[in-house]
Amino acid sequence: MTDSPALSLYVPEPLARPGEAPRFDHLSFAAGAAEVRPAVDAPEHELRDMPYGLVRVLGETASAWDPVLDPEILRQGLRAMVQTRLFEDRLFRAHRQGKTSFFMKSTGEEAIGVAQSMALGAGDMCFPTYRVQGWLIARGYSIETMINQIYSNERDPLKGRQLPILYSAREYGFYSLSGNVGSRFGHAVGWAMASAYRGDRGIALGYIGEGTTAEGDFHEALTFASVYRAPVILAVTNNQWAISSFSGIAGAERTTFAAKALAYGIPGLRVDGNDFLAVWAATLWAAARARANLGPTLIEFVTYRVAGHSTSDDPTKYRPADEGSHWPLGDPIERLKEHLVALGEWSGERHAQMEAELTEALREAQRAAEAVGTLGKSKPSVAEMFEGVFKDPDWRVIEQRRELGI
Amino acid sequence: MPVMNMIQAINSALDVKLAQDPDVLVFGEDVGYFGGVFRVTDGLQAKHGLTRCFDAPISEGGIIATAIGMGAYGLRPVPEIQFADYILPAFDQLVSEAARLRYRSNGEFWAPITVRSPYGGGIFGGQTHSQSPEAIFAHITGLKTVIPSTPYDAKGLLIAAIEDDDPVIFLEPKRLYNGPFDGRHDQALKTWMGEPAADVPEGHYTVPLGKAAIVRSGTDVTVLAYGTMVHVAKAGIEDAGVDAELIDLRSIVPLDIDTIVASVAKTGRCVILHEASRFGGFGGELSALVQERCFWALKSPIERVGGWDTPYPHAFEWDYFPGPARLAKALARTMENR
Ligand SMILES: Cc1ncc(C[n+]2csc(CCOP(=O)(O)OP(=O)(O)O)c2C)c(N)n1
Repeated sequence: MTDSPALSLYVPEPLARPGEAPRFDHLSFAAGAAEVRPAVDAPEHELRDMPYGLVRVLGETASAWDPVLDPEILRQGLRAMVQTRLFEDRLFRAHRQGKTSFFMKSTGEEAIGVAQSMALGAGDMCFPTYRVQGWLIARGYSIETMINQIYSNERDPLKGRQLPILYSAREYGFYSLSGNVGSRFGHAVGWAMASAYRGDRGIALGYIGEGTTAEGDFHEALTFASVYRAPVILAVTNNQWAISSFSGIAGAERTTFAAKALAYGIPGLRVDGNDFLAVWAATLWAAARARANLGPTLIEFVTYRVAGHSTSDDPTKYRPADEGSHWPLGDPIERLKEHLVALGEWSGERHAQMEAELTEALREAQRAAEAVGTLGKSKPSVAEMFEGVFKDPDWRVIEQRRELGI
Repeated sequence: MPVMNMIQAINSALDVKLAQDPDVLVFGEDVGYFGGVFRVTDGLQAKHGLTRCFDAPISEGGIIATAIGMGAYGLRPVPEIQFADYILPAFDQLVSEAARLRYRSNGEFWAPITVRSPYGGGIFGGQTHSQSPEAIFAHITGLKTVIPSTPYDAKGLLIAAIEDDDPVIFLEPKRLYNGPFDGRHDQALKTWMGEPAADVPEGHYTVPLGKAAIVRSGTDVTVLAYGTMVHVAKAGIEDAGVDAELIDLRSIVPLDIDTIVASVAKTGRCVILHEASRFGGFGGELSALVQERCFWALKSPIERVGGWDTPYPHAFEWDYFPGPARLAKALARTMENR
C-alpha cells in the first residue's frame, strides 16, 4: 500500500455562496421514469427508477399524473396557500415588533402542506414539521387560535407551555410538534401500524426536512415501515437548505432523497413540490397504496426555502441573496394561479380581491388575539405550568406550586 | 488585554488550539461557513480551512460517534451540539462509548473529545432550547462536565478540556454569551464590558478542570452554583443581605470537593442553586456530599433551589427560572437556624 496516494478528507461545499451566481445544475428536473404513473399496486421492483425522475403536472402537456381536480378545489387550494403566506408574513413582522419570541415561515413551500391536507382524509393523521402550517390553514383551523398560541397568551390552547408555532391539533389530523427535529417520524409509522392492527381505515403521513434525514429517526422509521408494511406516507421536504447547510451535507451530492427508499424495498417518488397538482397526485397514489394494504411510500418533495430558516438567521450570510429568484421550479402560488387563469377559472382581479379579503380577515384575527395579549403581556394562569406533567400531579408539583404561592 | 464576551472567548480558545495543534478539528451543525447559530465558530473555517472547521449532517449520534472514532485515531475533535437539548440522540455514544472506551480496552483506545454545547434558559427558548442536562452526564462515570460562568474561565477551561485526554462535556450557558445575566430580567441588560472576567488574554492559557473559584468569601452560608446561576447567586445574596461565601464550581466532574468542604466547615450552612429541575438534579449529589462530609458543622438543613419539576415552559420563563428572589428566600430560611 506504500505507493497509494496520501488520503485527503472531503467536505462538501455548495456550488454558490454569497456574492456568487446562484446555481442549481446539480439537480435534475427531468420527469424521467416518473413520466409514467404506475399502477397503484405495481410491485416495488418495477418502480426503482422513479426516485431519479420528477413527478410534474403543471406546465406539462397531458401529464399522466394529472389528478383532474375540479376548479373549485384548485381555488380552495390557492386560497389556503395565499392565506398561509400572508399569515406567515404578518406573524413574522409581529416577531420583529417584539410580540413573540420566535417564528418560522414556509414561503415557497406552501403547496406541500396545503395539497396534502386537502388530499388526505379527516381520519388520517399527519406528523408535521414546523414548516407545514398550511395543513392547519387548509383545514380551516382558527387563525386567531394560531396567533394566540404564537403569543403564548391567556387563550393559547397549549397553555403557554410550547414555543410559538409548535402546535398540536388532534381534531385537525395534526400531531403535537416539538422543537427537536425528526423525532416524530417514527411515531407516524407506529400510528399507521396501530391503525392496521385495529383494522381501521386511517393512514398516517410523516414529514421530515431533507437535512433531518441524517438523523437515525429517519432510517429507523423507514425500516419499521418496510418491515411491517405500515400504511404510511413518509415525506421528505427537500427545500435545499437546513439552516445554513446545503442539501449536500445531508448526502444529496450522491443521490436523491427519494432514492433512499430503494434500500428499504419501498417505493420512492421524487415530486415537484412547488406544483400543487403533482403534490396532490403523488399523495393520492401513495395513499391509495397504503389504503390497499400495500404499505409505505417515501416521497421527496423538491422545493426551495425562500425565507430564512427562522426569525433567528439571516440567509444572505450563507447563500446568494438572489438564489430564491433563480429557483427553477418557481413559486407554487404563482404557478397554480396561472394554471387557473389559463383554464379561464381565475383572474388577476379575483386574485387581488381574494388577497384583500384574506388580509382583512387576518388583520381582524390578529387584532382579536392582541386584545387578549402578546407574549409577556398576557399568559395563561401560572398554575398551568404545573399541569399535565403527569395525568395526576405528584407531590413534587403540588408542593412546588404551593411554594410559588399559586 | 482585549475585552471579550463569552462567544468571543470561546472562539478565541478554538482559534488558539486550531492554530497550535493540527490534530484539533471543529465540526457540528452549521458551524462551518456560517460560524454556528450563536456565531461561536465565526471565521474559523475561513482562517483554518475547510477540513478544520466544517458542517456536519443533522445527526447528533453521528457527530459524536465520528468524533469518538477520530479521537481514538489520535485527533482531538471538538464537536458542537447546537443546543444541549439535542444532545440526547447522542446519549448512547457518550454513555456507552466515549465514557468507557479507555476502561474497557484497558487503555488501548480512548476518546479525547470535547463536546461543546450551549445550554440553559432565560431566553424564551421553550422546552427544547432551555434545558440544563448536566446531572445526567455527571451520573456517568468516565465523562467530565465543565460549565464556565465568565469569558475568562470559558476560554481557559475550554483549552484545558481540549488538552484533556478524556471526554469532556463543555456546557456553555447561552444566557451568559453576551453579558453576566443575574436573573433580574426586568432590568437593563448588562454586557461583559467593564467586567474584570471579560479581560481575556489573546494567547494560550488554561484554567484547570476540577478547581472551583471562590467568587465571594463570606462567613454565614456557603452558596454552591455554576454557569448562569453564579451571577444569579450574587444578586440573590445581595437581596438577602447575608454574608455568603459563593463558590463557582466551574466543573461538576471533576468536582472540587475540598473547596466545598472547607467552606461549609467554616460557614455551617449550605444552599445549592441550579437551573435544572430540582428532583434528581446535581444539587442532590452536592447535598449528599456536604451532608456526609460536613454533618457535624451544619447549623441548618441544606437547601436546594432549582427549576420546578416540570418541562421548561415558554410563557412562564420567569416563573420557572430560579431567580435571585427564590435564592434569597432560601438564604433567609437557612439563616433562621442559629
Ligand atoms: C435533534 C435536533 N437537532 C438539531 C436541531 C436544530 N435545528 C433546528 S431546525 C434544523 C434544520 C433542519 O433542517 P431540515 O430538516 O432540512 O428542515 P427545514 O428547516 O429546512 O425545513 C436544525 C439543525 C433540532 N431542532 N433538533
